[in-house]
Amino acid sequence: MKTLSTTLLALASAAVMALTATPSSAAQAKPATVPAVTLLAAQSELGFISKQMGVPVDGKFKRFDAQLSFDPKKPETAKVAFTIELASATLGAPEFDAELLKAPWFDAKRVPQAQFLSTAVKALGGGRYEIAGKLSIKGQVRDITVPIALAQAGGTTTASGGFVLKRLEFKIGDGEWADTSMVANDVQVKFKLAFSGIAPL
Amino acid sequence: MTPSPIAPEQRYSALAMALHWLLALAIVGAFGVGLYMTGLPFSPARLKLYNWHKWAGVTILSLSALRLLWRLYKQPPADLPMPAWQALAAHWTHGALYALFFAVPLAGWAYSSAAGFPVVWFGLLPLPDLVSPDKALAETLKLTHKLLAYGLATLVLAHVAAALKHHLVDRDGLVQRMLPALH
Repeated sequence: MKTLSTTLLALASAAVMALTATPSSAAQAKPATVPAVTLLAAQSELGFISKQMGVPVDGKFKRFDAQLSFDPKKPETAKVAFTIELASATLGAPEFDAELLKAPWFDAKRVPQAQFLSTAVKALGGGRYEIAGKLSIKGQVRDITVPIALAQAGGTTTASGGFVLKRLEFKIGDGEWADTSMVANDVQVKFKLAFSGIAPL
Repeated sequence: MTPSPIAPEQRYSALAMALHWLLALAIVGAFGVGLYMTGLPFSPARLKLYNWHKWAGVTILSLSALRLLWRLYKQPPADLPMPAWQALAAHWTHGALYALFFAVPLAGWAYSSAAGFPVVWFGLLPLPDLVSPDKALAETLKLTHKLLAYGLATLVLAHVAAALKHHLVDRDGLVQRMLPALH
């Protein structure tokens, strides 16, 4: 009986310490970060071109967000976390958009977001960078490398780039849609992301 | 029983016959596929049929251009004796058929462009967009394509009915003008 109450007391005090400790450690972490970098959603675009029986079909995502820490002087320390709301995909036709949400395509109910987490950033010079990272869609994780170019105007930094995504690696267009003679495996992804709060290059 | 045989110069040329029958097949096929595909759920089969339909439409359009040029170069045989109103009706029907050989595929092509799906002929040759993507325009063009296609189907039926009437009632050998001589 005594041991139980002692244990409970110890647990309780540990919990209190943990709770009080959390905000203070977070507060300590803040000054260390560079000025907040914010994605300017209205000026950003994330599109993709798929090929259906040779016909290029333009699509885009309407909702996505990026967390970025980037010091132009130390680009190799940069970190990017990018999330995409799969349910915001559109091909411009409502009947197709409804299909994209379903299990064979994005299965947006099961895993609502796609995510890219950078693992390494390499400066290539001239405002060009190569970002390696892990892309996860529909529970499938793959390593990808994305070349980007940065351009600054006013207080806005625009990162543009693109890469070829192999849709079957992520089970996008599964089952009867896996036939690449109908829908090509290669999907061209292209983006233009505008950020505020990045220091001059 | 057999309709009166007609002289060789009363027949259409071999190329005119080939184009007539090839296009007859293509137009009936494209119309049938068009009717069927719109009712299909989103599926690879639907996507396949839509593309085949578009490829067929562009093929019909180009073969019709060739056919019209050939018709201008090599005039069709003279009319068989028939009441003036029938000859006039036949000429007007042929004129309207030719107009629709172009109008139906062009409206379909423009509809595809307006809907944001460029036409890639046989999956190989990207064709230019006739109009820019525009949802409202796409709806109008879809209806236009459909009404014109029904118009074409109606005229094709009238054309076939008239040909059968000449063959079965008048027995004037008119149908042989579009058939190769078998002897």
